[in-house]
Amino acid sequence: MVGAEVVRRAWAMTWKDVRVELRARERMNAMLFFAALVLFIFNFALGPDLSKLREVAPGLLWLAFLFTGMLGLGRSFQAERENECFEELLLTPGDRESLYFGKLAGNILFMVMAEALILPLFAILYNLEIWRALPGLLLVAFLGTVGFSTIGTLLAAMTAHLRAREVMLPLLLFPLTVPVILGSVKATEALLNGTGLAEASHWLKLLVGFDVVFLVVCPLAFEFVLEE
Amino acid sequence: MGPSRIGRILGLLAGLCVAFGLYLGLVVAPPDAVQGEVQRIMYLHVPSILTAYLAFTVTFVASLRYLWTRDPRADAVAFSSAEVGVVFTGITLATGSIWGKSTWGVWWTWDARLTLTAILFTIYVGYLMLRAFAEEPQAAARYGAVLAILGFFDIPLNHLAVQWWRTLHQPSSILRPGGPSVDLALLVPLIVNLVGLLLVYAYYLVERTRLERMRQHALALRLTRGRRG
Amino acid sequence: MDKQLAVEVEGLTKIFGSTLALDAVDLSATRGEVVALLGPNGAGKTTLLKLLSTAMKPTAGGGRILGEDLVKGRDPIRRRIGMISHNHHLYEELTAEENLRFAATMRGIRRDRNQIHKALAEVGLEMQAASKVRTYSTGMKRRLVIGKMLLFDPELLFLDEPHNTLDQAAIALLNGYVASVRARGGSAIVATHNLSRAYDMADRFVLMREGAVTRRADKGHLTVDQLRELYTRFAENDNGEPRE
Repeated sequence: MVGAEVVRRAWAMTWKDVRVELRARERMNAMLFFAALVLFIFNFALGPDLSKLREVAPGLLWLAFLFTGMLGLGRSFQAERENECFEELLLTPGDRESLYFGKLAGNILFMVMAEALILPLFAILYNLEIWRALPGLLLVAFLGTVGFSTIGTLLAAMTAHLRAREVMLPLLLFPLTVPVILGSVKATEALLNGTGLAEASHWLKLLVGFDVVFLVVCPLAFEFVLEE
Repeated sequence: MGPSRIGRILGLLAGLCVAFGLYLGLVVAPPDAVQGEVQRIMYLHVPSILTAYLAFTVTFVASLRYLWTRDPRADAVAFSSAEVGVVFTGITLATGSIWGKSTWGVWWTWDARLTLTAILFTIYVGYLMLRAFAEEPQAAARYGAVLAILGFFDIPLNHLAVQWWRTLHQPSSILRPGGPSVDLALLVPLIVNLVGLLLVYAYYLVERTRLERMRQHALALRLTRGRRG
Repeated sequence: MDKQLAVEVEGLTKIFGSTLALDAVDLSATRGEVVALLGPNGAGKTTLLKLLSTAMKPTAGGGRILGEDLVKGRDPIRRRIGMISHNHHLYEELTAEENLRFAATMRGIRRDRNQIHKALAEVGLEMQAASKVRTYSTGMKRRLVIGKMLLFDPELLFLDEPHNTLDQAAIALLNGYVASVRARGGSAIVATHNLSRAYDMADRFVLMREGAVTRRADKGHLTVDQLRELYTRFAENDNGEPRE
């Protein structure tokens, strides 16, 4: 059955990425260290006025999420690059969509793991009450992460062989993901200042819409990026 | 070697139309009651962005065609159209900025329209850079095509997002349902300038595509000549 | 279209930007045959292998691999071929067993633990099955790749400079494996600049220089020295690259 084959291959790809990461620990260490750095520097850059920080908290949180996510995405194909496995991917029979979904799932997982550590750190450093808003925050974080990662994974594959790849990935990724950034920040804002998700429902719909569109477009486009 | 015959015709028509349109816009049309003379910049600003949108749509369609057929002509059209589109978007940004400076006193505001134009500009400058950095022309064409397709699906989402985020600009006067709500006296110069800019776009598209095709052929020739007998 | 031909391609051309890497190459190989591509670096051997294995699309030309169209039938081709390259295509952080299991799953074939261990045993890596590939020597890595091929059981094998930096035991294993593929009616295309190894392995030689085929020769009554002669005349670059 074709569907089962797709899932099996995607799952194998994700499992492989997770295994490699758990042993090398390169990506997660870099992401977490960077996130902590970002949170600290915000504090120094924006001054000690806590009320001012609370106002911009949703934006700061997502800056931390996104820059950290960017770092992770840049390493999506690191294992393939380092081990010269790109050619192996090209020689792998079967559909390309499962390869994409496997990579995507791994990227989402790593970004979510980083966010799970950033969020409490953030709440502590900036004295934010996030308990009541937590379920909503988790939902928004997930939707935003998925959206960011769909385009991010595709672009990571595209820029993997490029000159100036560290510059090109953010340059291409950020303008395309502005809807995700705005939607996530605005929804987070509604959650953190108590307005509630119902107020921000149109932003949530935008996030879901974005995710759906690119969960369809990106896997289809992946084969054109992979081939040589 | 100068422009092709059709290029010459387009160029001439474009020149005439733009000249006429500028005359209408700068001289004939009445000045705005509130903003005064500076409002005339709209006759360049609005047609510019509309032409840019057309250019990027052409890039999208040509990119789809390229991925489907691998026809280098489709790639030449996609690339050329994007290049011209970036220029027109740049003009839109510049004129928008000048207009803003005169009207609101600031060189930049983060209102919906300007922000969207800036995002559009960045996406397609990214397109040009991506193509420039690719290792070889076929990769450049493929990656560019994928990016153009991503961009095309992305723009409407960007529109929604940014418009919900802010609106200082007046709401769209021409594209509102129920027909244009702009005074006829202003509409006519606007449309003439739009047609003029579309002709300019067509001229540049034709010539730039021709140039790109020549470059592709020259490359192929160099390789053939380089072969041993 | 001859059903007996594992490879029949014509006019294969590959252009990278402004470089002509392959210039209208014709190649054929029957089942049960080993063909050696001989030439110095830059002759286009690796590019040709990449085109034949469908890792790359040709700029021009085409043909059939194992009866399937080179450009349109890429998927079925990929399921039936194997590649042994000096780039190992192994994930260093995974163990030998994990690498093989991953490769099998991605290939769409089911291989259980026993089959994987059997393959590892056949290449002498049973004891190191649970060690990370990072700890392996080059010879061990190459043996692992051969183990992967044993799992895949391809009908057509591509080898790109397979003897580079290998110890005698690994070389013997490799030669043995290629011989066994041949004995079962499979074929192999070997790209190398190592003439003596090519001579031992192959039935036919295709000499290349700067992207084109310059000479073809059957092993027939050819001696190793005669092969070297041909190589010097038809393949070697003018700067007199050393050959083995």
